[in-house]
Amino acid sequence: MEKQYETVIGLEVHVELATKTKIFCGCSTAFGGDPNTHTCPVCTGMPGSLPVLNKQVLEYAVAVGLATNCKITQYCKFDRKNYFYPDNPQNYQISQLYLPICRNGRVEIETKQGKKFVGIHEIHMEEDAGKLIHDEWNDCSLVDYNRSGVPLIEIVSEPDMRSAEEVIAYLEKLRMTIQYLGASDCKLQEGSMRADVNLSVREVGAKEFGTRTEMKNLNSFKAIARAIEGERERQIDLLESGEKVIQETRRWDDNKGESYAMRSKEDAQDYRYFPDPDLVPIVLDDAFLDEIRAKQPEFREEKMARYKEEFDIPDYDIDIITGSKRMADLFEETVALGAQPKKVSNWLMVETLRLLKENDMEPEDIRFSPEHLAKLITLIDSKAINSSVAKEVFEEIFKNDVDPEAYVEEKGLKTVNDEGALRKTVEEVIANNPQSVEDYRNGKEKAIGFLVGQTMKAMKGKADPAMVNQLLKELL
Amino acid sequence: MVNIISDETIEYVGILAKLELSDEEKEQAKKDMGSMLDYIDKLGELDTTGVEPMSHVFPVHNVFREDVVTNTDDRENILKNAPEEKDGMFVVPRTFE
Repeated sequence: MEKQYETVIGLEVHVELATKTKIFCGCSTAFGGDPNTHTCPVCTGMPGSLPVLNKQVLEYAVAVGLATNCKITQYCKFDRKNYFYPDNPQNYQISQLYLPICRNGRVEIETKQGKKFVGIHEIHMEEDAGKLIHDEWNDCSLVDYNRSGVPLIEIVSEPDMRSAEEVIAYLEKLRMTIQYLGASDCKLQEGSMRADVNLSVREVGAKEFGTRTEMKNLNSFKAIARAIEGERERQIDLLESGEKVIQETRRWDDNKGESYAMRSKEDAQDYRYFPDPDLVPIVLDDAFLDEIRAKQPEFREEKMARYKEEFDIPDYDIDIITGSKRMADLFEETVALGAQPKKVSNWLMVETLRLLKENDMEPEDIRFSPEHLAKLITLIDSKAINSSVAKEVFEEIFKNDVDPEAYVEEKGLKTVNDEGALRKTVEEVIANNPQSVEDYRNGKEKAIGFLVGQTMKAMKGKADPAMVNQLLKELL
Repeated sequence: MVNIISDETIEYVGILAKLELSDEEKEQAKKDMGSMLDYIDKLGELDTTGVEPMSHVFPVHNVFREDVVTNTDDRENILKNAPEEKDGMFVVPRTFE
């Protein structure tokens, strides 16, 4: 009988925190600055410079820990992880080994197989490295330290996951939790959330874990799922042919759909961690933890339950809207301004999602204000504009956050409610399209659609289609 | 000397520190490291039962800064520390993992 294998997966997830400044200095974390314009002696590792912890980093880390049911380490400190690499100007990374800020947490995930808990071994705070650009032409590397010292938390899970589906569910859960906390935007593509996958296989029923590998360079949920499938197969093939899995770090190439070894355990780094003497210990009292706890937002599950109670919108809409903190905030703020929930939901579910997709954007990138969406809905409700004009105006709101009232006024997009003017146009259309008129009179109901279209065109779209329809029927 | 440092150990420490040592330097380093470890052993003789491990020499904790940008573009000065610069960046020997 063929052997049955089980996949065992644990994750190391790095999340870039949404602070304004770096973890140990007052340099900006903003993207897109010219190389090395966001640097100082601290984040370029100059001798004699003194790092001081950004309080917001600590608060975010504790907030994530509390939201993932961790025990917060109330006496906590930083350690130096020593290694030489040019992206690391100090020759050590400030991280936490001995007393990480959070330990022993767990989150609940849901897949088609049901609900289960994934344990969180620890969460620690650390600094990001700089960026290396390889100059092939001059055979050298160039270093930009703008990212050096950007705050990260690393969330280390227990090896509790058994499939790609569970891994994705776990990552989604982390992403939702952290986004709702406002602690990070958690974008895999842009690297503000990075996941390394530790994976081993073992025969079903075996007590011991198999030898694991660590997979890096996974930039999307799809890549993660493919890498897990690929690595599972690679390890099973090795075992089936009587070979051994080597404990090593591998790099996933998503274009080729395969991985290659980066370094094995034999030449593994010896990081010689020791307490960082530049940074003093952190002592957190219960009052501080209570304060952070009190600031925790309504998380996704709670929000979904409340939406079901409060708003008459489909479960599918609730799922999509609460799937992004930005979208949920926008929905609630627009409804709070008096717009009908179902109408707000429709604009988000149809036009917003379409425009996001077309522009290759994520919901977190939405920039338009709830006021403008609410005003647009009012304009439609009062029949000041018709639905096709509304779509056109919405695109402008989406792109440039224009005020729809001003925009409609300026562009002269208001529906013409002047029956006299409309009647005149309809009469012209009837006169100019005798064939369609005849078809209609001979019982071809559909012919009226063409006439409505011609009228709308003549009115430059600024008529109420229902009114046009009515007038046509009357005049025919 | 109680602690004898092997050739393998000094070789390994050299690799970690990215140092190339001559044979003479290696012998000297072995001696120095041995005597350092002897000294540490001496400290180990002290009875530390009931003493909390110390993580910092100063009785200070919770030194924080607010999340406010205080630094402006100081690239010109920062790059003065670069052995070589190009396009606003530090030039280093080609490094690829």
